[in-house]
Amino acid sequence: MRDVAVIGIGMTKWGELWEKSLRDIYVETALLAIDDAGVDHIDSMYVGSMSSGIFVGQEHIASLLADYLGCAPVPSTRVETACASGGLALRLGFMEVASGMSDIVLVSGVEKMTDVGGDKATYALGTAADQEYECYHGITFPGLYALMAVAHMNKYGTTREQLAEVAVKNHRNGSKNPLAQFPFEVTVEDVINSVKIADPLRILDCSPITDGAAAAIICPVEMAKKLNKPVVKVIGSGHATDAIAISQRKDMTWLEATYRAGKSAYEMAQKKPKDIDVFEVHDCFTIAELCVMEALGIVEKGKSGEAVEKGRTAIDGDMPVNPSGGLKSKGHPVRATGIAQAVEIVKQLSGESEERQVKGARIGLTQNMGGSGASTVVHIFEKE
Amino acid sequence: MEGIVGYGAYIPRNRIKVEEIAKVWGADAPSYKKGLMLEEKSVPSPDQDTITMAVEASKNALKRAEIDPIDIGAVYIGSESHPYAVKPSGTILAEALGSTPEVHTADFEFACKAGTEGMFVALNLVKTGVVKYGLGVGADTSQGAPGDALEYSAAAGAAAFIFGREKVVAEVLDTYSYMTDTPDFWRREYEYYPQHGGRFTGEPAYFKHIMGAAKGILKKAGMEPQDFSYVVFHQPNGKFPFKVGKKLGFSKQQIEPGWLVNKLGNTYSGSSPMGLTATFDVAKPDDHILLVSYGSGAGSDAFILKVTSRIDEVRNLAPLTRSILDHNKNYLEYGEYAKFREKIRKAD
Repeated sequence: MRDVAVIGIGMTKWGELWEKSLRDIYVETALLAIDDAGVDHIDSMYVGSMSSGIFVGQEHIASLLADYLGCAPVPSTRVETACASGGLALRLGFMEVASGMSDIVLVSGVEKMTDVGGDKATYALGTAADQEYECYHGITFPGLYALMAVAHMNKYGTTREQLAEVAVKNHRNGSKNPLAQFPFEVTVEDVINSVKIADPLRILDCSPITDGAAAAIICPVEMAKKLNKPVVKVIGSGHATDAIAISQRKDMTWLEATYRAGKSAYEMAQKKPKDIDVFEVHDCFTIAELCVMEALGIVEKGKSGEAVEKGRTAIDGDMPVNPSGGLKSKGHPVRATGIAQAVEIVKQLSGESEERQVKGARIGLTQNMGGSGASTVVHIFEKE
Repeated sequence: MEGIVGYGAYIPRNRIKVEEIAKVWGADAPSYKKGLMLEEKSVPSPDQDTITMAVEASKNALKRAEIDPIDIGAVYIGSESHPYAVKPSGTILAEALGSTPEVHTADFEFACKAGTEGMFVALNLVKTGVVKYGLGVGADTSQGAPGDALEYSAAAGAAAFIFGREKVVAEVLDTYSYMTDTPDFWRREYEYYPQHGGRFTGEPAYFKHIMGAAKGILKKAGMEPQDFSYVVFHQPNGKFPFKVGKKLGFSKQQIEPGWLVNKLGNTYSGSSPMGLTATFDVAKPDDHILLVSYGSGAGSDAFILKVTSRIDEVRNLAPLTRSILDHNKNYLEYGEYAKFREKIRKAD
């Protein structure tokens, strides 16, 4: 297997991009990554994709986006594993470069979610849960994560305030991210008193509906060196699945797929959780960040709330999590999220994260998951 | 100078509280009350519609104008709930007021902006000397689908304004319109309830057009927010008027007298015109008032008005808007409300 490096990244301001279409957002972002890499062609591309058919009535987007990017006839592949589609696009691109089949690969994700109303967006997202055993009974994602939150509170004594602290931290980080959808700070009181969505989760516990894209160019490390690029290597990649329906899991507070994807990535990278300087994880809801921290082995089971409360996951803490603002503040255009996490880690390891820079970060990890955790992709990056 | 010679409002006596609606749909009432700043809304009785309310409001305007209705040469009703798809509302109104047959009538439709459109045309016909008096009415029995966010606000009410040249209550110093094709809210033919673009109805729709119209008229007139005693914006919920006011540099105190929505709901075409009637009720001679409507689709009409000393003579010739709003209320349960609003329909 060849070693793989990220040599270009692209991301534009996320939010409610009323005046841009899916293809506008995509092309703008992908061109930024291509420019950043300084390459004159790509050999192949992957587009993370969840529900473009429902959100904008367009399937077959791999070819559409290759064409609008001016890259047809390169092979272009759409990847779908719910909200982890972006992460999986990176993994497949990584495998293609590592195997020697292609040299320069564009990995990307884009979502245009605001062309539909809230009800339809909720429906589209809900298709990532188990239709027969969950959705038909009326539950939506906030409800599923609320069940996980209640279970975590009952089992470990996690408090309402500790959940709020996740949002407070991520908004504080996001307020320093010029590309974030909601770059403002919130307090614990704001979170606890915000509009109730699914008890105990309030609206400020939930990631937003977002339009946005993210893209990265990867190539063999040897080629990156020839291009005179600072080399951020992808040193570990893991992917795992779990039961889609949370009722089918042994423990509702435990994300088995995240644990297994993390284990694979740690093993490939020959690193341990304590070796990681900075984490970007999938905080689609505040409770998700807590469960992910435990499954990745950053903290012991049941200790995540306390760690956040003590500031250990803040930018200046001993285990910084989501310096970008996370899904909560930066936004969550579902299939772009996994790539955006990689974009942030590359910036962090290159020392380009400005006010939200984790000092001396050299090794970073991304964790991107789909649905209520039934698919997870983990990557570990290292600055050479 | 041309202006408003008489104004009047009408609100049905039925009300339903946000809690009563939220209870039926399993929604969190405190969130709606806090998020949208809504407490209750007016509901028309089964025998009330846009026309009956327009008649009531126009009669109040006539009382204040103290004119012979036969001298009204133009009658315009703006509404998105005209009772007939084909057959004018205006003819019934003109007949009921005694303004027929030498009268020009038209029904306007531009979502929530239709009321100020009627006012705009009536004013300009007076200005050009085509008619002696012109009547512009905004009235709606607003529709909101059961369980939709709109159901908490869609209300009923009317406001009427008679324009003329003599014995003017408020001079119209300037007008300005601002519009684009922006599909944020619509109802197709044969559909019972409107559809909307959720948050798209905010920033690119309501805020863009109200800001555009307000900034445009201020620039045109060479005026600043602090030159006005009061400002009235379209009121789809409680929060938006204060938010847009703040963005434009108006204070809460300038907005509050015409801010009826928390107890009235959104009366669509009647919304900002009714706010103007409530503002006239408290205004003093020489006060300047800015009115900015908003209609989905989308556009805003802006009016700069200067109140005259005649306000003190006419104010109490008809019921004050807040007095109609605050008295003789009849609270409905959701079942009665569903019947009144024809949400329960029998098979033929």
